[in-house]
Amino acid sequence: MGTILIYTWGMKLTDLKTGTTAHVVSVVPGVDGTAPLEMMRRLAELGFLPGEAVRVVARGLLSRDPIAVRIGTGTFALRLFEAACIRVRPEQTLPG
Amino acid sequence: MEAISGAHPSPLVALVGNPNCGKTALFNILTGSRQKVANYAGVTVERKEGALLTPSGARVRILDLPGAYSLDALTPDEQVTADVLLGRRAGESAPDFVVCVTDATNLRQNLRLVLSLKRLGLPMVVALNMTDIARRKGIVIDTERLARELGVPVVETVGVKTSGAKRLIEMLDSAAIPARTAAAFDWRTPTSADIELDQAEVRRILGAVGGDRIDGVTFSDRLDAVVLHPVAGPLILGAILFLVFQAVFAWAQVPMDAIKAGVDALAGWLGQALPQSLLKGLLVDGVLAGVGSVFVFLPQIIILFFFILLLEDSGYLPRAAFLLDRLMGSVGLSGRAFIPLLSSFACAIPGIMATRTIQNPRDRLATIMIAPLMTCSARLPVYALIIGAFIPRRTMWGVLQLQGLVLFVLYLVGIASAMAVAYVLKRAGTAARVQALMLELPAYHWPNLRNLAIGLWQRVEIFLSRVGTIILALMVILWALSSFPAPPPGATGPAIEYSVAGYLGSWLAVIFKPIGFNWQISIALVPGLAAREVAVGALGTVYALSATGQNVSGALTPLISHSWSLPTALSLLAWYVFAPQCLSTLATVKRETNSWRYPLIMAGYLFALAYLGSFVTFRLATALSNIG
Repeated sequence: MGTILIYTWGMKLTDLKTGTTAHVVSVVPGVDGTAPLEMMRRLAELGFLPGEAVRVVARGLLSRDPIAVRIGTGTFALRLFEAACIRVRPEQTLPG
Repeated sequence: MEAISGAHPSPLVALVGNPNCGKTALFNILTGSRQKVANYAGVTVERKEGALLTPSGARVRILDLPGAYSLDALTPDEQVTADVLLGRRAGESAPDFVVCVTDATNLRQNLRLVLSLKRLGLPMVVALNMTDIARRKGIVIDTERLARELGVPVVETVGVKTSGAKRLIEMLDSAAIPARTAAAFDWRTPTSADIELDQAEVRRILGAVGGDRIDGVTFSDRLDAVVLHPVAGPLILGAILFLVFQAVFAWAQVPMDAIKAGVDALAGWLGQALPQSLLKGLLVDGVLAGVGSVFVFLPQIIILFFFILLLEDSGYLPRAAFLLDRLMGSVGLSGRAFIPLLSSFACAIPGIMATRTIQNPRDRLATIMIAPLMTCSARLPVYALIIGAFIPRRTMWGVLQLQGLVLFVLYLVGIASAMAVAYVLKRAGTAARVQALMLELPAYHWPNLRNLAIGLWQRVEIFLSRVGTIILALMVILWALSSFPAPPPGATGPAIEYSVAGYLGSWLAVIFKPIGFNWQISIALVPGLAAREVAVGALGTVYALSATGQNVSGALTPLISHSWSLPTALSLLAWYVFAPQCLSTLATVKRETNSWRYPLIMAGYLFALAYLGSFVTFRLATALSNIG
């Protein structure tokens, strides 16, 4: 079931390996579904929109919070609970 | 022509755009202003107006607005922008013309705002800014095609070059800016779906005009790999801050000695040239001893600001915010609190104003309340005076300067207390939600030398005008209070002990005796409320007048090192870590919070902390020196 979910909804941005490029699948109301709407909208306004290329540039020392994320041509620092709202799918290297 | 300009008010042109896309740099070129610019989001937090006289002689009012990611404002500074554009601002109709400033290297994000601005129906032009950097990065944008696709004119600009806005100025001149019409606003809060539709349109346009290059690993990324590294990053940050405080002492010595020698020479010359009179007393003991002892700290202030400006312009500041975010979060502060707090090292007033970029009102208030604990530059003279007098000029382990180290520690104590107060505020408040960060990390760039020079010159001007106005005036008042009434015939002590200031000081000394302050210090604390540096000048004047016989102007350092004990000096340092705010800061807090409550609480808690801090320091130091 887990695999299917990941395939459908993508993985959490926080689980993406540093330096790996992925694409945004969706912005969801956080892990526990409680992220306020305005926060989700703001993430969208910063450019976290489906299809955009995303990459984790750096992570903090303790509990790896916050993280620096490249989105499109900009870079933003996000706290983990914010980044957890962003679902991504790693770039696939398709043959041919 | 004349009839038109006579009949209609000058057209109002608003500069709008994403944060950190160079609006203020363009504003400065257009209007000849010198508003602060730096490489991070949120430098401009209020509406600024200037005037442009176009080549044809028309006058255009230019409005610089805080950067916004969208018109759907979340923070007080974005609200200003949204209100102005939507014509909701009291007493002001919507602008006649909009210049939408975009960062040519980041169109993927910037064009969405262009699309929503277009929907407002205001006449507009898109300024494609930072085209110099884009060109260097190899980004080629078909400007004509972009204009066709967007349906609005597009001009290229370079905000950091004086000639960079030539095309834009021509445009504002020729654009026959239409007379004010009641524009039909078609605006509602966009849904996520709306934003996604806009982004699809942006992608289509970028595909057509070029400029949609998403770089792999850029220079900034490579630098960030080191600067934001979990271990190397904090070490680099610590090293940079440490270097700054070392430099403040190490580099300033020669120019400070020169200024001191100049002031002394002037005092000596005046002392000889003028007959013994009231005027001589005023000039030598009041003006030179007071103002001179503050003026001497100019080199240290220049060095401090040189580094601050360098950090601001390079893009490093938001990185420092990133590194310290964990710490800020653990005491309940928003990650966005970092930049306002850092600005407070210059002065708490711009720092408190910069809290407008913080979304949550409670969070913003907490940041305002702790901003004064960041050591402002006006405290530097007080620290430097006492450190210079009591801490030996010793080099430790070959490279460390003891004086610079003590200064660094004082700044750290201020920061640590700010964090502690924030923590108390967090515990006292209701259970807070986790606070948002969402801070943009702009691409690094080399500091612009012209920018740096202007910024430094502005600091020099601010310092000199403070010295020349408020500090000078307070010195003259203090001199008068310290000189009158004249001592009764047959008095044995120095005249000041019989003056108004002398009496006032001896009353105040009762309050401050438990923390080790003598009456001279107590008297100096009072004008220090108007401006911190005045405390130093006041000590200069008070001591110049307390000394009998010889001329002591300018030589404050040896004087206090002889007449104060080390515990007293340390106690005064502790006092100024917390020192109740200067009055202009309290007035700013009143304005920003729109209530007397918070400035009063602030003054109260700072006074209590200062008294407590000094008391503990004085008692501890006394006990230790007794053992020793």
